[in-house]
Amino acid sequence: MNTQYYIQSYCKIKEACITLNDTLVFEDQNNEPKSFFKNAYKNLELKYAKFFKMDNLSKLSFLGAEFLLQDNENDAESNTAIVLSNKASSLDTDRKHQDSIQDKANYFPSPAIFVYTLPNIAIGEISIRHQLKSENAFFVFDTFNAEFLCNYASVLLDKKKAKSVLCGWVDVDNENYEGFMYLVSRNGKIKHTIKELTNIYQK
Amino acid sequence: MEGLKLELKEKIIENLNLEDVSIDEIGNNDPLFGDGLGLDSIDALELIVMLDKDYGIKLSDPKEGKKIFESIEVMAAYIAEHREK
Repeated sequence: MNTQYYIQSYCKIKEACITLNDTLVFEDQNNEPKSFFKNAYKNLELKYAKFFKMDNLSKLSFLGAEFLLQDNENDAESNTAIVLSNKASSLDTDRKHQDSIQDKANYFPSPAIFVYTLPNIAIGEISIRHQLKSENAFFVFDTFNAEFLCNYASVLLDKKKAKSVLCGWVDVDNENYEGFMYLVSRNGKIKHTIKELTNIYQK
Repeated sequence: MEGLKLELKEKIIENLNLEDVSIDEIGNNDPLFGDGLGLDSIDALELIVMLDKDYGIKLSDPKEGKKIFESIEVMAAYIAEHREK
């Protein structure tokens, strides 16, 4: 890893607030995930009806990506890889699916819920929205793993698998949610290091 | 039949998470797929489950859905004739 990369921008979504590079960009009175994500989406004034069909993990990831990739004029050619991580995987949606098949006498699994019983579907939703056909991976850790993500993103850039990497931690479990997403590239002021990532995450 | 059509519109909006669509915006003869409501293949599967769960209608061949889900008008007529619940 000889080339110095930078954290171009970062977005935090938690406790009914969204910040972009530490600047508050949206705040809501309602911290319940479904309502908060819906209100944040409405605030963006987007026309993307598929948002409402997503599970909460995908909605959280989608919102973070919207803020970080909004200046990418030509997403399809940007070659932005996506590397996300969390603790709960897709457990929040897995439980909903389990509920729909728990009772053998009332066995009606929902196809619309079932398709979200994998965490990397969140990456798929971002890729569809921004027309990305890039490298991607989703990892499950107990906590935000700055060292792993830093190394993984740097390897993707070093090996020229991508020109930028959308990384982060997107965790949803029942009423709890936390999003920390950031864009790594050759542009920016904050060095892409384990120390800086840890500092930003813990701020 | 009008009550059933209204019920179907409500169920479709709720079950398919069409948050930006109101009942008034769905015409009885509007196509549900393609240029109409713009439903997709997962929505079609969801409608098949809805027929089974709410009306006791089991579609043995998913391809039947293409004709049955043409519009609210067609759906209501099919349900009225085949419903078990």
